Order: sequence, then structure tokens, then C-alpha cells
Amino acid sequence: MNALDTFRDAVGESGAVCVRGGGTRWAVGGLPRPGTREVVAPSGVKRHDPAEMIVSVGAGTPLGDLREVLRPTGQETTLDGPDGCTVGGVLAVGHSSLRRARVGALTDALLEANCVGANGRTFTAGGPTVKNVTGYDLCRLLVGSLGTLALMGEVLLRTRPAPEHAMWLEGEVEPDEVAAACYRPSCVLWDGTTTSVCLEGYQVDVVEEVSILRRLGFREVGGSPVLPPFRARWAGNVPEGAVLEIGTGVLHQPLPADLPLVDPAVARLAGRVKVSFDPTGRLNPGRDPYREAA
Amino acid sequence: MEVLGPDRVTDGSAARRLYSRDGSVIEGGRAGPVCFPETTGEVVGCVQAARAHGRAFVPRGAGTGLTGGSVPCDDPVMIVTTRMNQILEVDRGRRVAWVEPGVVNLDLAHHLAGSGLHFAPDPSSQQACTIGGNVANNSGGPHCLAYGVTSAHVAAVEVVLSDGTVVVLGEEQGDSVGLDLRGAFVGGEGTLGVATKIAVRLTQDPPKVATLLLDFVEVADAATTVSAIIAAGVLPAALELMDRRVVEAVEPFVHAGYPLDAAAVLIVELDGLPGGVAHEVGLVTRIGSQGGARTVRLAADDAERDRIWKGRKSAFGAIANIRPDYYLHDTVIPRTKLAGVLDEVYAIAERHDLLVMNVFHAGDGNLHPLLLFDSREPGVMERVLAAGEEIVRASLAAGGVLSGEHGIGLEKRRFMSLQFSPEDLAAQDALRRAFDPDGIANPLKVLPTGASCGDVNALDVVPDGVWV
Ligand SMILES: Cc1cc2nc3c(=O)[nH]c(=O)nc-3n(C[C@H](O)[C@H](O)[C@H](O)COP(=O)(O)OP(=O)(O)OC[C@H]3O[C@@H](n4cnc5c(N)ncnc54)[C@H](O)[C@@H]3O)c2cc1C
Repeated sequence: MNALDTFRDAVGESGAVCVRGGGTRWAVGGLPRPGTREVVAPSGVKRHDPAEMIVSVGAGTPLGDLREVLRPTGQETTLDGPDGCTVGGVLAVGHSSLRRARVGALTDALLEANCVGANGRTFTAGGPTVKNVTGYDLCRLLVGSLGTLALMGEVLLRTRPAPEHAMWLEGEVEPDEVAAACYRPSCVLWDGTTTSVCLEGYQVDVVEEVSILRRLGFREVGGSPVLPPFRARWAGNVPEGAVLEIGTGVLHQPLPADLPLVDPAVARLAGRVKVSFDPTGRLNPGRDPYREAA
Repeated sequence: MEVLGPDRVTDGSAARRLYSRDGSVIEGGRAGPVCFPETTGEVVGCVQAARAHGRAFVPRGAGTGLTGGSVPCDDPVMIVTTRMNQILEVDRGRRVAWVEPGVVNLDLAHHLAGSGLHFAPDPSSQQACTIGGNVANNSGGPHCLAYGVTSAHVAAVEVVLSDGTVVVLGEEQGDSVGLDLRGAFVGGEGTLGVATKIAVRLTQDPPKVATLLLDFVEVADAATTVSAIIAAGVLPAALELMDRRVVEAVEPFVHAGYPLDAAAVLIVELDGLPGGVAHEVGLVTRIGSQGGARTVRLAADDAERDRIWKGRKSAFGAIANIRPDYYLHDTVIPRTKLAGVLDEVYAIAERHDLLVMNVFHAGDGNLHPLLLFDSREPGVMERVLAAGEEIVRASLAAGGVLSGEHGIGLEKRRFMSLQFSPEDLAAQDALRRAFDPDGIANPLKVLPTGASCGDVNALDVVPDGVWV
């Protein structure tokens, strides 16, 4: 029996069930209802094909393991998070990388997913190639769904050339000035006084842009600033202690944020999607992708 | 109920004939009333009128689709977006623009020219196709290799659902809140509702662009060079292949400088900051020469670059001089398999005594074999369809997929069961039913069912026993 079949049998055909990942973002969208059975997705990198820029992994693979396999080939995925979180967990939570402006949204990273549906049977979403519009785009729907529509067992991810060089800078400069001075910085953060910038690409280009930013008053720093733990959606100001991602509207703040107001018509549509995929509500009961601020 | 004035709805036979076809070879569609709404409210009215009369509705942009996506089955209400063609707002700071669905792709490009920003998807049909159609088909184009297809450039979309409610899916910035219903809607081929406003993401123009033309004596060498470039860690902005027949067709008109005796040429475009571009030009030149390129020419200036691209973009127009009709295919294969599958494509065409030309997005393995024929020749259509099916099967056998950018529509639903299991298709249908429980939004498209579409020809026959 292959790993996916074992996973399918563990999920079974009835009873509330959720997948235990690395536990690093366990509470996002709510905790599983008490009594929910925990299963574990297959782990391990199955196949990395650098010339196709794809990698096939068990959804239970820790991000650190995936990074280790990719690093020697000079490639990476756009999945972001601590080494201990799992590939499936990152996809289920659905937060894009801080470097999104350069590397793209997380929702574009998943090419194919072998899943177990609420009926306990396996199905495949997406396809094996880097470009594909065959049928409905279930992969993008699965990213950020918190495992409420189907449980991912094995996934095929897009890889990309890792940048040759990366550099973080900060300065007491308005973020708008960075936009005017740089070409596609991978990240720009603003805490109300200080702007932090990540530049990446070929070393010659990064060095050139660093010198431009230095003239604007930036200095080099060792890495990204430490971000406060809670996410919110920017509503026009950056409160004390918070850090705004310029370009995505995600606010990182010290305190939990109010939940977003969801248009009732959108909520009804989302509810129909949930019922259509999981009529008895057995997948991740207690979790709700809309019970998350950003 | 009165929804639109008499000048914006017609059930005259000329209009119904005109709107019964799209850019595909599919004939025999039957349109009902043809409506030209101008506002979201009017689209809601059209949908409600369809419901009230027990009819389906079909959204339609410019009708350039190549799979029969907007071909009507059984007299539906046609919702044509061509009068919803306003660019509503361009927010340069936040790099998003709100546009109506009927805005023509190239008009948006012209509108943004000089602003330092652009909308990345550039389908070869961009002179005519609409942003709404791009969204519905998740369209691609030469410059989608590094930057991603339409879905990566749609931040939010306002949709009229099939029950007449209006929803905005996605966010102007950042990830979708909750489920990525935006991502699910894009590529829905008009079966999930009508897009009435779209927030497109704008991409910063690259400070430096280098365009290279490589020519080869063997098609296989060109194909192998494509994957060698990617394997070396270079992700070009565009990487296109044209074979000898295409070169012969366009060069006399465009004078792009394509060598007429080449078996294939590659256009490689590299962009970004100057240092990296120079480095990659060196790398691609070396890989090309090692891979058998006879010459590697770097466009010296914008005029030369424009000529190189003009040849690529005129390919479809130029072939009209060779045969009156064409059938353009669209499959994707792993790029490392390009050489072998291209060989098969040539052999398939030869077996069916058809002319084939290849001009395609080689960088992501997106094949576009173009079968040329004259539909007046008796029996030719059968040969064209048989060859097409063999190309599809060869692509799937190589580990590929049915479509890279044109979608499924009516054309390929009979092949869906070759790629997907009944469980896979049931999951896709779960999404569709959630958006359109009554099955009135562009019915019969995408998923294979037993029912057939109007009087549509042989293309649409789904074999017995397939998934329903
Ligand atoms: C010569 C030629 C070259 C082409 N090159 C490319 C290419 O390089 N890349 C590529 O991807 N495609 C290409 N195409 C295919 C086609 O142009 C694209 O699919 C295009 O996006 C369709 O846009 P349209 O406005 O013509 O849509 P239509 O053909 O009118 O409709 C296409 C589909 O979209 C749906 N639709 C249209 N508008 C809406 C809306 N507002 N809301 C919901 N659904 C809607 C329709 O129901 C239908 O299913 C080419 C076609 C031709 C003829």
C-alpha cells in the first residue's frame, strides 16, 4: 500500500477528522472541535525535477526537510515559515511569503494535490505541468481552506531559482521612496517611522540598489525585523508596535485583531462550497477560514 | 420584464447567427436573445430574465475563444460584455486597476503605456480579446512564463452569480480573506457567473530588456535548448519557439530577420536590472551555442526587438495565405519532453496528410500545433479531428495536460476522462454546483455529460459510459 492509500484509510469515511501538521499555526481559524480525530499526512520529498522546476512531496513533510533537498540545486519554493511547519500546513493556512512581491502569491505555488475527500476517497486537483487550465482550479481553492474542503496527502509544487543574493536594509524613510528607487524589491515593511526593505536577485544588481538606498538614508541590517505575532488587515493607519507589509495590506500587530466583516452574499457562497465538498461537516470541524483576520 | 432598451437586446436572426460561434471550428450553436448590458445592474437583469424564462445564459466577450466556450447551446440568453468597456480607475500607488470586463486587452496595454506599469498577460489575440474573457479562461501569453498567467494578475473580481446576487471575490491587495473564491472563479469559463468588474494587478516595467533570436538546423536542438536554459536557473520573461513553416510564412511580410533556412528559431526575452540581464544574456548565448544554435542574435535596439516580436505576433494572420482554415491546438507537456513530442506531432500530421505548423510558448511546455486545411475539401474535417485527438493523447502519454491556456469549453470535454478519474471530476463538479446550483450558467461546458449541445458537430460527442 502506498503512502497516500495509508493516509486515505486513516482518514476513513466517517467521523470528525483533522490533520496534525507541525503545530506552528494550529489555532488559525479556530481549534478543531473536541473529539476530532487527528491523522498525519505522508512525509518525504518524492521527486525533485530541477529542469521542470517542480517538486513532489508528502503534505506532512517539514519545510526544513524540503529546503534541505532543494538548496543544493539552487532552487526554492515560495512556501514560507519555520523549518518545523509542514508543507500541507503552510498551504492549508494560506499565508503568502513576505517576499510575495518578488516570488508570487502562495496560491500560485500549488500545481497538483492528491487529496482525500470527505467521502474518504482520493481525488486529484490540478495537474502535473507548470501551466495548466484543464478544468476547474481546485488547487487555488484548497490553499487557505484550512483543510475544510479536503485533506491534502501529496502535493506537487512549483519551484523557482533561488536568488543569488539578498539583503535587508532599514531607514527612517517613507516607504514610497523605495518604490520609486527600486525595481521589484521583494519586501517593504513600515512601522510608522522605519521602513525595512529586502532586495534580492543577482549580486551586481543588489549591490547597485543597496548603494541607491544608502544615499536615501538606509543602512544594511542582518535580516528581517521581528514581526509581532498577530495578523490584521490594514485599515489606513499603523498602530504602535505594528508593522505593515506594503503592497499586501497585511498588518502584523501585537494583539489579536477583530475578525473581518464578510459580505453575507460571499459567506453564503462559501457555505455552499463547504457543504458541496463536505456535506456532513467532518473535515476540520471548528475551523473556519473566515475566522481569521488576514 | 423590461431589462434593456430595444437598442441593446436583439433576437434578430443575423445577430443570433453571429453570436452562435467563437474562434473555434465549432459550428451549430444556437443563440437566444442577444443582450448588450452596460452596468452590473443590467447584467443582473439579464440573468433574472433568463431565470424567469427557464433559460440558461452564456457570458461572452469578444468571442475569440478557441474551445467553443461562448458557443450557445439550446437558445440561451447571450450576455455580451462589449459595451462594458470602461477602464474605471488606475491606482498607480497600489498598482491595481479596476476595469470593466469588455475592455480589450490591448486597449488596457495602451492606456497604461508610459505609466511604468503594465498588465502582464498578453495573449496573441490581445487586439481583440477582453479582460473578462482572459479572466474566464485564465489566459496566458508569451510574457506569462516568468510573471504567471491571468490568475496571478487578478486581485479581485465582481461577479453576478446565477441566482442574480452580486459578490466581490478577492481583495485589492494581499491574499483572499477566507476561501480563495477568486482563484476558483478565474478559469471558470463562464460557468460560475458573469464577471462584471475586475481589479487587475499591475506589474512594474523592467528597467532593462534583452531579446535574443536563436536559430537551429534541427527542431530537436531548439527544443532541448529550451529545457537547458530553464535547468540552468534562468527563467526568461518569454521563451517562444517557431518552426520552419512559421518562419517561411511570416518572414516575407515582416522582415524580422528570421533565417529562412532554419528548422526552428527561439525568441528568448530576458528582463530585470542591467547586471542580471547581461549575465543571463551571456548564459543563454553559451547554452544556445552549445545546444547547436547556428547564430544567436541580440536585438540591438527597440526597433529590432519590435520586429522580432512582430513576426511572432503576426503568425496567425500570415498563415491565412497558406490555407483558409486552421485548427489551433493547446496542450502542455513537461518541457524536457518537447523534442520527442514535437517529433510525434509532425508524424501525426503526416499520417493524416495535413500541414502542421508550430509556434508556441516553449518555456512552459505549452504546445500549440496548428493544423492547416481547406474546409471545402471533402472529408478533411474528419482527418483534422482525428489528428487533433492523437496530439492530445500523445501529450497526455508524455505526462502532460489537456490545456495550458485555451480551456476546455465544448472542444475538449470529451477528453476530460482521459486526464481525470470520476472522483476528480466529481470534486470539480462540487465547485460548479456550489456556484451554480441550478446549472444555468453556460451549461454543458467544461465537464463531460451525456447531454450534447444544440446542433453542434461531431466535436462535442461525449462517448457513452464516461463520467456524467
Ligand atoms: C488568433 C488567436 C490567438 C490566441 N492566442 C491566445 C494566447 O496566446 N493565449 C491565450 O490564453 N489565448 C489565446 N487565444 C484564445 C482567446 O483569445 C482567449 O481565450 C481570450 O481570453 C478569450 O477572450 P474573449 O473576450 O474573446 O472571450 P470569449 O471567446 O467571448 O469567451 C471565452 C470564455 O469566457 C467566458 N466569458 C467571457 N467573458 C466573460 C465574463 N465577463 N464573465 C464570465 N465569463 C466570461 C465565455 O463564456 C467563454 O467561456 C487566441 C485566440 C485566437 C483567435
